[in-house]
Amino acid sequence: MRYSALRILKEGLTGNKGWKPVWREPEPKAEYDVIIIGGGGHGLATAYYLAKEHGITNVAVLEKGWIGSGNVGRNTTIIRSNYLLPGNEPFYELSLKLWEGLEQDFNYNAMVSQRSILNLLHSDAQRDAFIRRGNAMFLAGADAEYATADQLRAELPFLDFDNARFPIKGGLFQRRGGTVRHDAVAWGYARGADSRGVDIIQNCEVTGFDIENGVCRGVQTSRGPIRAKKVAMCVAGSSSRVAATAGMRLPIESHVLQAFVTEGLKPVLPGVITFGAGHFYVSQSDKGGLVFGGDLDGYNSYAQRGNLPVVEDVAEGGMAIMPIIGRARLLRSWGGVMDMSMDGSPYIDKTHIDGLYFNGGWCYGGFKATPGSGWCYAHLIAKDTPHPVAAEMRLDRFKRGHMIDEKGQGNQPNLH
Amino acid sequence: MIIDHPLLGPRDAAEFIYLGDACLIDRPDWQAEDAADAYHDYGYIRDNIAGPMQELWYHEQGDRSWLVVTRDTLTHEITAVELARDVARARGRSK
Repeated sequence: MRYSALRILKEGLTGNKGWKPVWREPEPKAEYDVIIIGGGGHGLATAYYLAKEHGITNVAVLEKGWIGSGNVGRNTTIIRSNYLLPGNEPFYELSLKLWEGLEQDFNYNAMVSQRSILNLLHSDAQRDAFIRRGNAMFLAGADAEYATADQLRAELPFLDFDNARFPIKGGLFQRRGGTVRHDAVAWGYARGADSRGVDIIQNCEVTGFDIENGVCRGVQTSRGPIRAKKVAMCVAGSSSRVAATAGMRLPIESHVLQAFVTEGLKPVLPGVITFGAGHFYVSQSDKGGLVFGGDLDGYNSYAQRGNLPVVEDVAEGGMAIMPIIGRARLLRSWGGVMDMSMDGSPYIDKTHIDGLYFNGGWCYGGFKATPGSGWCYAHLIAKDTPHPVAAEMRLDRFKRGHMIDEKGQGNQPNLH
Repeated sequence: MIIDHPLLGPRDAAEFIYLGDACLIDRPDWQAEDAADAYHDYGYIRDNIAGPMQELWYHEQGDRSWLVVTRDTLTHEITAVELARDVARARGRSK
């Protein structure tokens, strides 16, 4: 069923009785060409692009809970491609280009809103670094725009430009960045994959792998064994736990990241704004709530909830750049479990087990990567060679000395 | 979270810096045949345990001691706190 204005009109005139569930609830078959473990944004996007771009439709997506119940529904919904390093930036730019055409492509309203992202800068050294990053973005075909403090004063008068400790000296815009309705991304990809024949199997937890002579032949699940020619892990947050059942140890630590939303306010923030001297990023949802976040809690956690010192730290970051939000009341806060990799960059790679593929390590940048991750993972699974823009996102890059360390922090996951 | 410091008593976890898995105490032998692989695993590969885990915390805003804290990563419950010095010596380090 295609969605269109005409369809809404027709359904409206006939009592809205024609709407149907947008994906089936099939029983698992005994065997598939490809099994994708994890029905989050990345897993569903992978299934969608496998079916649509590579014609591989005998695919199952196995999800432990319900689709979209993990981090695709727990993030701060920001999309952007403002990275520095050549191992990252072309990938994120591909992802942003896919976001731009996504709603037409899968015929679903994901509320992609290119309302801009602004990284504030607070020192001369930071200005140099940001302009360098802007130039790196140009090299990958992305857009970037340097703004002086005077330009920002005209556009965003509520910022605390003359803050005694962290005065705002300018900023780097990416006007094509913005926000997306995150749940709709999972639903749109699920609908698009399902309509092409992909089986989305919910409440089906993978408990082990059938590995015979170094080749992965299928998985054990809470709903029985399922055979497959290829098995693709896509369970960021739980990557180490799932990979351990295949005997693998990963360059990943799981950490908790908190996010927050205030009560609904009148429109005040035109786009996404980030603090350059601490860690704070904020946007305003279409319902009016300020959606914001900051640093990790900093210790290994699978608990999906954080502690109060980080709440205070994030709130202080917000007050440092925009004191006008000081009277806004916090409505909700929540935590998500992040696959923190050893250099802050993700993995899309084959494993040492034939027929077993790995996608994870997204740190807290996984949401914006959803279309690009699905696109490149589907390419890897279908063709058994990495997509050119994801060719450096390998599991063995530490052994080879080719880390992709945007922040230059080294192998300390809680600092990325 | 409250970390019950063996010398100073209960302290707010915000006074500490978190390093990670306490396996980092066990630095590999740099002269061994497999030193390159062992250091790769030591530096980059983690068990990433879901459940009770031994980890290293540094009391930066206090007495600057290193602690081995046994904490459940599913619930954040802390069940044991030891001086890292004692743990390392018990494992045969720095005798």
